[in-house]
Amino acid sequence: MVDVTLWSGLRPLADHQEVVHVEARTIRELLRKLAERYPGLRDPIRGQVAVAVDGVIFRDDWSQELPEDAEVMLIRRIPGG
Amino acid sequence: MSFDSAYQSRKFNSVGTRPLRPDGVDKVTGRARYGADFNMPGQLVARVLRSPHAHARIKSIDTTRAASLKGVKAVVTAADLPDLTDGDASLFAILDNCMARTKAMYDGHAVAAVAAIDEKTAKAALKLIAVDYEVLPHVVDVDEATRPEAPVLNETVFTQGVEPAPTTPSNVANRSEFGHGDIAAGFAQADVIVERSYKTEQTHQGYIEPHACVANCSPDGTADLWVCTQGHFVFRQTCSDLLGLEVSKLRVTSSEIGGGFGGKTHVWAEPVALALSRKAGRPVKLVMSRAEVFRASGPTSATSIDVKIGAGKDGTITAASATLRYSNGPYADMWAELGAMTSFACYDLENVKTVGLEVLVNRPKVAAYRAPSAPMAAFAVESAMDELAAKIGMDAVDLRIKNVAKEGSRSSYGPVYGPIGIGPTLEAAKAHPHMSAPLRKNQGRGMACGFWFNFGGQTCTDLNVNADGTVSLAVGTVDVGGSRASLSLIAAEELGIPYEDVKAVVSDTATLGYNDMTDGSRGTFSTSMATISAARNAIEVMRKRAALMWEIPPEDVYWEDGHAHAAGTRHGNRAPLSVKEIAAEAANTGGPVAGHSELVADGAGVSFATHICDIEVDPETGSSRVVRYTVIQDAGKAVHPAYVEGQYQGGAAQGIGWALNEEYIYGEDGRLQNPGFLDYRIPVCSDLPMIDTQILEIPNPNHPYGVRGVGETSIVPPLAAIANAVSKAVGVRMTHIPISPPRILAALSDDKGS
Repeated sequence: MVDVTLWSGLRPLADHQEVVHVEARTIRELLRKLAERYPGLRDPIRGQVAVAVDGVIFRDDWSQELPEDAEVMLIRRIPGG
Repeated sequence: MSFDSAYQSRKFNSVGTRPLRPDGVDKVTGRARYGADFNMPGQLVARVLRSPHAHARIKSIDTTRAASLKGVKAVVTAADLPDLTDGDASLFAILDNCMARTKAMYDGHAVAAVAAIDEKTAKAALKLIAVDYEVLPHVVDVDEATRPEAPVLNETVFTQGVEPAPTTPSNVANRSEFGHGDIAAGFAQADVIVERSYKTEQTHQGYIEPHACVANCSPDGTADLWVCTQGHFVFRQTCSDLLGLEVSKLRVTSSEIGGGFGGKTHVWAEPVALALSRKAGRPVKLVMSRAEVFRASGPTSATSIDVKIGAGKDGTITAASATLRYSNGPYADMWAELGAMTSFACYDLENVKTVGLEVLVNRPKVAAYRAPSAPMAAFAVESAMDELAAKIGMDAVDLRIKNVAKEGSRSSYGPVYGPIGIGPTLEAAKAHPHMSAPLRKNQGRGMACGFWFNFGGQTCTDLNVNADGTVSLAVGTVDVGGSRASLSLIAAEELGIPYEDVKAVVSDTATLGYNDMTDGSRGTFSTSMATISAARNAIEVMRKRAALMWEIPPEDVYWEDGHAHAAGTRHGNRAPLSVKEIAAEAANTGGPVAGHSELVADGAGVSFATHICDIEVDPETGSSRVVRYTVIQDAGKAVHPAYVEGQYQGGAAQGIGWALNEEYIYGEDGRLQNPGFLDYRIPVCSDLPMIDTQILEIPNPNHPYGVRGVGETSIVPPLAAIANAVSKAVGVRMTHIPISPPRILAALSDDKGS
C-alpha cells in the first residue's frame, strides 16, 4: 500500500483528494489502478505525468518498484531545453 | 529496466580525459553539413507569408494569382494542413502555429507558403497572395494581458486550476500551485520580510543557425526530411501526426546543429515544407531568415514575478511565497508552472507557496530555452535572498547555506530530496578565491544559486565492432554539445580500447530505434547509459567468440582490461585476446560482432549550481561590463571535462546576455522592432571575460559511472548573480531584466530623485 500525492492540477480529477491510498508494487500497477479508480486521470497519465519515488523522478520506467513506505508523488512531466 | 544503472566506483582510463572532438576538423574547415547545406536535384525554394498584424482574423486568402505565376509549383495555406489532431490541444497548437487557421495571433505568424523554382520567384509570388484581415485589438505585455479590459486572445479559454470554474474567458489560461506548510503563520514569525516585484523581458535562444530543412515527398506515400533539429525522432512523430503520414514512411535525418538550446525541440517550418513538397511533387528547401527566426520561432517567456520572503534574525527563513506570471504566446502551456516548481527549490523551507499563471499574449509561441522558466524564477527569488541577507546583516552565501536544501528536505515542488549537491556548490563558493578578491570603484559582486530537474528518457544505441577492431557507434541523440566525443570516450572505456578507435555517428530515424530528443540535459546522461549497455552486450559476444577461438567453454572466459582471458589454469598459459584479435576472426566465429541497447534512462537526478560574478558599471552612461565570472556545478562525473566546462561557460554567457542586453521590443502596433542581431544584441567574445569553472564530482547513484546532465543548469543563476552584482555596484536594487544602460541610468536617476 502506498500513499500517492497528486499535484494540484490533478486533484479535481480525483474527487479533490490530495493523497490517494493505492495497493501497488510498481509504478505501472499504481498508474493502472489510479486510472481505473479515477477515469479522469487516464488522459493525464498518458504522457503528462512523472512519478517521484523517494525524491527520484521517473518519467518512463514504469517497472520501477515502489518500496514499502516510499514517498510517492505524481508530478508534471516537464519539458527540457 | 533490465540494465543495472546503479553507480559503481571504478578507476577510469578514458573517461575524464580531454581528446579532440571527432567533429572538430569538419566544423572549423567548413565541411560540416548544417541544415541549409543539404540540397536535392530539382529542389524548389520555399518562402512563407507572415502576418504583419499582432492579432487579426483571416477573412479570406486568395492564392490564385500566386499559383499562376510562372515558376511557382505549389502554394499552401491552412487548408492544405487539415486538422488531424483529434482533440489533442497541444498538437493543435503546433499545427495552428505552423500555419494560422482562422486568426493570426502574432506579428510573423505564418498564413501561407510558396514553393517556386527560385527565391526571386517565390518572393514575387508571396506579394501576389491576397489576405483579407480584420485587424483585432492586441496585447503583448504579460501584466496588461491579465487585466479585465485586455483584449481576449481566445474566447474558448477559461482559466483552469481555479474553483469555481470561471464563466468568462480570460488570457490567464491556467493557475498552478505548489508548496507546503502555512505561510501566514510563517510570515507572522518573521523578524524581517522582503517583498518585491520583478520583471524579465522576452528573449530568444539566439542559436546562430536558423531553422532549415529539405522535404521530399514521394507519390508512393514515403517522404524524407533533412533538418536541423535537437530530436529527429520526435520531429518524425510530430510531422507524421500533422500530415497523416505513417511513421515508418517518413525518414528524418538530422544535420549538424548550430545551437538549439531548446528552440529546436519544436517544429516550426518542417510540416509546411512537407506540405509544399507533397503538393508540388518535388523536393522543397525551406530556410528561415534571421528575422523569421526572431518573429516566428522559439522565444522564452516574458515574466512578472512577486516574491515575499520572511526570516528570523538568525537568518532562518520562516516563510516564502511567489506569484509568477509567464507569457506563453497565444497557446497555453506550462511555463509559469515550471517557474513555480523551481523558484524555491534550492532551499529547505517549512512554509512555502508558489502560484504560476500562464498568460496568453500576442507574441510568438513560447518554446523551451535551456532549463525552461527556471532562470526568471531564480532571478526574482535570488534577488530577494540578497536583499534579505542585507537587511539581516548576514553574508549572502551564509544566508543561503543556513537555509540550503539537503537530503531529507522537502522540496518546494513536492518530493523529499535524496542526496543533492546544492550545499557543496555553496561551500565551494564560500571557499573560492573569487569571493574574497578585492573590488575596484564602481564594481559590485553578486552570487546566486540555481536549480534544474534534468531527465533521461528513451534511448537506443548500436555498437558495431569492425573487422579491424575499430568500433562504429550509432546513436540517436543529436550531438548538440560534443556528445559524440563523450560517447566515444564511454565506449572506449567500457571496451578497453583507445578513444581514437571509436567513431560515433548520429543515425537517421530509419536505421535505429526511437530516441527522445537531446533536451533536459539528457544527451550524454542517457546515451552514455545505452552505450555502456551496448558495449557490455558486445563484450558478451566477444567473450563467446574468444571461447570459440580457444575451443574452450564460454564460461571459462572472462573479460578484463579490454581483453578476453582464459580463466584458471586448466587452459594453459593463453595470452589474452584483444578486441582487434577477436574482430579479425569474426567471420569464422559467427559473423559480425555487435552490441545493441534499448532502454529508458531514468533517475537523472536534480541539478544545482552556484555562480559568482563581478560587474563594473559606468555611472555616466549606465554601461556595464562583466569583469570576472565563476561557475560552480556538480557534474556527477565529467566524461569530457572540456565540454562540461563548455556547457558551464555557454550557459553563463547566454545568461549574461539575457541579464544585460537581450529583449524583444514591440511597438505600439504589436510588431517586433528588433528582429536581428544588430538590434537584439547577444554577447560576443569581446563582451565577456574568461568564465572560470569549478566542476564538482558527486556521483549520481543512478548512473554506472555517476554521470549527471550538465547542459541546462548553468543558465539558471546568471540573471540573479548579475542583478545582485549590478545592484551592489550602483547602490540601487535592479528589478527589471535586462539591466540595460537605460534601465541603470533610470534607476540611478530615480534614486537621486527620491
